[in-house]
Amino acid sequence: MRALRTSTVATATVLALTLAACGGGSGDDTAAPVQTDAASTFEEGTRMKELADAGKLTVGTKFDQPLFGLKGLDGQPEGFDVEIAKLIAGALGIAEDDITFVETVSANREPFLEQKKVDMVVATYTINDKRDMVVDFAGPYFEAGQDILVAKGNPKAVMGPDDLTGLKTCSVSGSTPAATIQMKYPQAELVLFDTYTKCRDALGNGQVDAVTTDNVILSGYVSQDPDKFELVGKPFTEEPYGIGIPEGQEEFCDFINETLAAAAENGDYAEAFESTAGEVIKDTPELPTPPRGCDK
Amino acid sequence: MDTVLDNLDVFVEGFTATLSLTALAAIGALLLGTLIAAMRVSPVPPLRWLGTLYVQSVRNTPLTVVFFLVVFGLPEVDVIVSFYRFAVIALTLYTAAFVAEAVRSGINSVATGQAEASRSVGMTFSQTLRLVVLPQAFANIVPPLASIFIALLKNTSIAYAFGIFEGTQAMNRLINEDGSAVIAIIASAALVYLGLALLSAAAFSVLERAVRPA
Repeated sequence: MRALRTSTVATATVLALTLAACGGGSGDDTAAPVQTDAASTFEEGTRMKELADAGKLTVGTKFDQPLFGLKGLDGQPEGFDVEIAKLIAGALGIAEDDITFVETVSANREPFLEQKKVDMVVATYTINDKRDMVVDFAGPYFEAGQDILVAKGNPKAVMGPDDLTGLKTCSVSGSTPAATIQMKYPQAELVLFDTYTKCRDALGNGQVDAVTTDNVILSGYVSQDPDKFELVGKPFTEEPYGIGIPEGQEEFCDFINETLAAAAENGDYAEAFESTAGEVIKDTPELPTPPRGCDK
Repeated sequence: MDTVLDNLDVFVEGFTATLSLTALAAIGALLLGTLIAAMRVSPVPPLRWLGTLYVQSVRNTPLTVVFFLVVFGLPEVDVIVSFYRFAVIALTLYTAAFVAEAVRSGINSVATGQAEASRSVGMTFSQTLRLVVLPQAFANIVPPLASIFIALLKNTSIAYAFGIFEGTQAMNRLINEDGSAVIAIIASAALVYLGLALLSAAAFSVLERAVRPA
C-alpha cells in the first residue's frame, strides 16, 4: 500500500509538471511571426479568406519522424515540417496555438486530403505523379535524397545502391525508398519494418547490413550514435518534399509558394531549419527554386 | 480496384506468407500448448507452477510486445535467425498459451473416473493422458481451437511490422504504389482475410463433425 501511495504521488507530480510545461511551452523562441491583420487582406471567396476567418488550421504531419515531425512526451510535435506549417499559418494570421496537428502516416495522407480531414499535409511528403493525380502540391520546400546507413567502419564496403546485392537492406513498408529498391535494385534483399527506428536497431544488432531512406532521416541516427553507424553519403535519388493540399485550390497553392519565398527572403526559412533539422544537418539548404507551379 | 488486379501477384505472394506463417505457428502452438496443458494438470507441483506461470505471463502480454522481445531481445543473447523464423517463434509462443487453456478445459471435461480407472489399471500419467484422456478431450477442444487459429491467422499481420513480407505488408506496398485507391486496396485485403478465415472455419466444422462421438 505504501508503495502504491508513493507511486500515486509520483504520477501526480509528473502530471503537474507536464501540465506546467504545456502551459509555458507555447511561447518558444522559434515562433513564426503571425500576421494578425491577415484576414482583411484576402479577397472574399478565396481559400485563404476562409481559413483566416475561421482562425484555425488543421495540419497533417508525421509524429514519428525525428527532425521533421516528432511528437515527444510533451505532446507537441516538433521538427522542420511543423515549423513550415507554422510559417504558413502565421501568414494566414493564425497563431500556432490554433493549429491542430493530426498524425498522418504515409498511407493516410491522400485520404485525409481527399476527405478534407486536414487543410494541408506537411509530412516529408515526396512529390510524385501518382500522388499529384489526387492531391495538389505546393513547394517543394526541401530537397532530400535517398542514402544508405551502414555499421561503423562499413564492413560490407557499400559505396552505393549497386553494392547492396545480396545484402539485407532495411526500410519501411509502403515508403518511397522501399519502392525504389524494389524497382531499381531488386538484387538487394529487402527487409521491411513499420518504422525506421526498428531498422536502426536491427542494424545495430547486426540483423541487417544496411538501412536505406532519405538522407535527412539517416543523419539523425548517425548523430544519435556516431560510434555505431555511418552514412554512405551519396544520395542516389531526388525526393522533393511538397506541401499537400486538396485538389482545386490553386490560389492557396500560390499563396503557400509566395509565403515560402518570402520566408526564404527574410530568413524565417533558415531559422525554421536551423532550430530543428539543422541541429544535425550542418548545411542549411536554400529553398528549392523555382516552385514547381500550381497549374494543373 | 485496378491497382489490386494489376498487382495480384504481390497480393498472392503476401498472403501465401500469411498462410505459411499461420500453418507453421499453428503446428508449433498445438505441440507446445498441449505440453503446457499436460504440465498444468500433472501431479508434479513445480511443473504445474511452471505451466501456470507460462500461460499467465504470455497470455496477458500484447502480441506486439512478444514480437519485440523475440525479434530484438533474442539477438541480445546472440540468437540470430531469419526474421521469418523469429515471426514463427513469436506467434507460436503467444498462441501456445491460448491452446494450452483450450486443451486444459478439454481435459477437465473428461470425467475424473476415466483417469482414475486408467491409473488403477497401472497406466502411467503420460499413458493415461495420451491413450485415454486426450482422445476424448479432443472433441471438446475443436471449437475453441477454431477460434484460436482464426485469431492466429489475423495475428500474423503483426509480423508486417517486424520484417516479414505478408498480406498486410503487400497491402502497404500497393497503397504506396497508388495513393488514389487506398480504400479499395484495404477493403481487398480485408476481404482476403475474411475469405481465409471463413475457409478455416469451414475446415474446422468438418473436423468437428468427424471427431464428435455419435
